[in-house]
Amino acid sequence: MSKKIGVIIFPGSNCDHDAYHAMKSVMGAETEFLWHKESDLSGIDLLLIPGGFSYGDYLRSGAIARFSPIMNAVVDFAKKGGPVMGICNGFQILLEAGLLPGAMLHNEKLRFICKDVHVRVERSDSIFTSRLSKGDVLRLPVSHGEGNYFIDDAGLDSLKQNDQVLFRYTDAEGKITEDSNINGSVDSIAGIVNRQGNVLGMMPHPERAMEKTLGSEDGKVLFESLFSELQIA
Amino acid sequence: MYKAKVNITLRKSILDPKGKAANHALQNLGLTAVDDVRIGKFIEIDIDAESEEKAHEVAEASCKQLLANEVMEDYSITIEEYSPELK
Repeated sequence: MSKKIGVIIFPGSNCDHDAYHAMKSVMGAETEFLWHKESDLSGIDLLLIPGGFSYGDYLRSGAIARFSPIMNAVVDFAKKGGPVMGICNGFQILLEAGLLPGAMLHNEKLRFICKDVHVRVERSDSIFTSRLSKGDVLRLPVSHGEGNYFIDDAGLDSLKQNDQVLFRYTDAEGKITEDSNINGSVDSIAGIVNRQGNVLGMMPHPERAMEKTLGSEDGKVLFESLFSELQIA
Repeated sequence: MYKAKVNITLRKSILDPKGKAANHALQNLGLTAVDDVRIGKFIEIDIDAESEEKAHEVAEASCKQLLANEVMEDYSITIEEYSPELK
């Protein structure tokens, strides 16, 4: 049986079709949309929680989406080791749901940031980066107002000890500079995984960097890694 | 009926960029006596409970489970008695 990818849609998601296109058309995988009111994830092998402004970012980004009916199933899926990838608002939702540690503050300089940035790959032994090497630099678009990752000192120590930081914002050479940390994130963190390594949250949008005609295909390698690890398509 | 008034602010240790920007603007207006500004959220919740204590419990649970994210925010609650017909 072929593997299936689920893309969750919340009211206010707006990268759901980007994610669907990336999976279905670019990667050629069987893909389906999952409305947030669904609660059955049977048959799904990989879950994508796309970006956007679920519930208008009311209260805090991701705070209300986290109580959508589908999230109980997502938590079960993740706890059983199912691979989950939360991008941008998806990352914020995973934080609010407690599947990943930390929280998102408004960007330090308060501006909504919409541009291509560089991130450095910090691990190549995760299912999301197995086709990359530690230190590789990817050029990926970001588009967020609340991407300033926050975690307290004890939490940061624990992230480091368990090697959970997957991406950091850097310059094009992979160096962390004063300007490279675009939003003020603690320790320049752009993406983290849970301890088990099956849940990834990241602010940059790999699903929008899949085709050269759209500026960059650096995002594709993440899905190629995942697909080869999960033996999809 | 009770009315819970909830104040949510970023934890003291966290830089509040909105507060900082407002502080700068106030300085520019010549209000140099302003020392610091913190911006948060104010939420009113009407609660149908039999006692002030019970109302506080409901407000507390609301904050913990949804309204505040304790990773980055602190909250405080005050409870007042209130009659809906006197709105």
